[in-house]
Amino acid sequence: MIGLSHYLTVAAILFTIGIFGIFLNRKNVIIIMMSVELMLLAVNINLVAFSTSLQDMVGQVFALLVLTVAAAEAAIGLAILVTYFRNRGSIAVDDITLMKG
Amino acid sequence: MVAATVFFYLFSVLAVASAVMVITARNPVHSVLFLILCFFNAAGLFILMGAEFLAMILVVVYVGAVAVLFLFVVMMLDVDFVKLREGLASYLPVGGVIGLIVLVELALVFGTWTISPEALKATAAPAVAGVTNTEALGQVLYTKYFYYFQAAGLVLLVAMVGAIVLTLRQKEGVKRQSISAQVARTPATAVEIRKVEPGQGI
Repeated sequence: MIGLSHYLTVAAILFTIGIFGIFLNRKNVIIIMMSVELMLLAVNINLVAFSTSLQDMVGQVFALLVLTVAAAEAAIGLAILVTYFRNRGSIAVDDITLMKG
Repeated sequence: MVAATVFFYLFSVLAVASAVMVITARNPVHSVLFLILCFFNAAGLFILMGAEFLAMILVVVYVGAVAVLFLFVVMMLDVDFVKLREGLASYLPVGGVIGLIVLVELALVFGTWTISPEALKATAAPAVAGVTNTEALGQVLYTKYFYYFQAAGLVLLVAMVGAIVLTLRQKEGVKRQSISAQVARTPATAVEIRKVEPGQGI
C-alpha cells in the first residue's frame, strides 16, 4: 500500500538531487535553473501529497501558485540569461561578479 | 492496489533517475529532455495521488512552456558547454556533503513526524466527496482564494513585461513608422502651394 510517506520520500530525494545539481554545475546557469525547477517540483509533490492525504484542497491551490511562480521565474531568469549572453558572449556564473552598474 | 503500487514505483524510479540525468548529462539538450521526462513522471505521481488537474497543468505549463523555453535558450545560445563543465570534480565533495546533510535532515524530519489531531480539525477547505478534482479545486480557487488567484495572474503579467523589457532590442538604422509624428503634421508643414506660370515648369 502506497501511503503519504512514500511520496514524501520521493519528494525529498528529488529536492536533494536539485541541491546537489546546483553544486555540481556551478558554472552553468542553465543547469542551475533546471535544478531549481526540480526543487520546486519536489515542493509541489510534497504539497499535493499532504493535500490528498489530509483531504484538504488548500495544498493543491498552493501548488498551483508555486507552479505559477516557477513559470514566471523561468521566464525572467532565461530573459536575463539571454541579455547577459548578448553583452558578454558567455554564460559563466563566475564572470557575473565582474559586472559594473 | 497492486497496479497502483507498481505504477508508483515505476513513476518514482523514473523521476529520480531522470532527475539524476538532468544534473549529470554532458549535453544540456539531453538535460532538458530528461527534465521533460521527470515532469511527465511527476505528473503520473500526481494522477496516482488523485490530483488530476494539477497533473495536466504540470504537463501543459512545465513541459509545454518552461521546458520548451529552456530548450529554446539552450539551442539559441552558442555556448561552449564543455568549458563550463571544468572543475566538476572539485565541486563534487562539497556538493555531496551538503546534499547528504539535507537528505539526512529530511529523513530525520519524516522519520519522527506525525499528524496531530488538532491539525486535522483545522482543515481550511475540506475536499467534497463525489466531486471531481478539477471541480473541487475550482470551487475553492475562485471563491475563497480568489485574491491569490489574481495575485498569481499579476505575477505572470509582471514576468511577461519584465521578459519583454529585458530582451527587446531597438536596432540602429531601421526605418519605423512614427504614428505620433504623422498625426501631428499640419497642412502648414506638409503642403506647399506654388504658383505655376503657364508654359513654364517649376
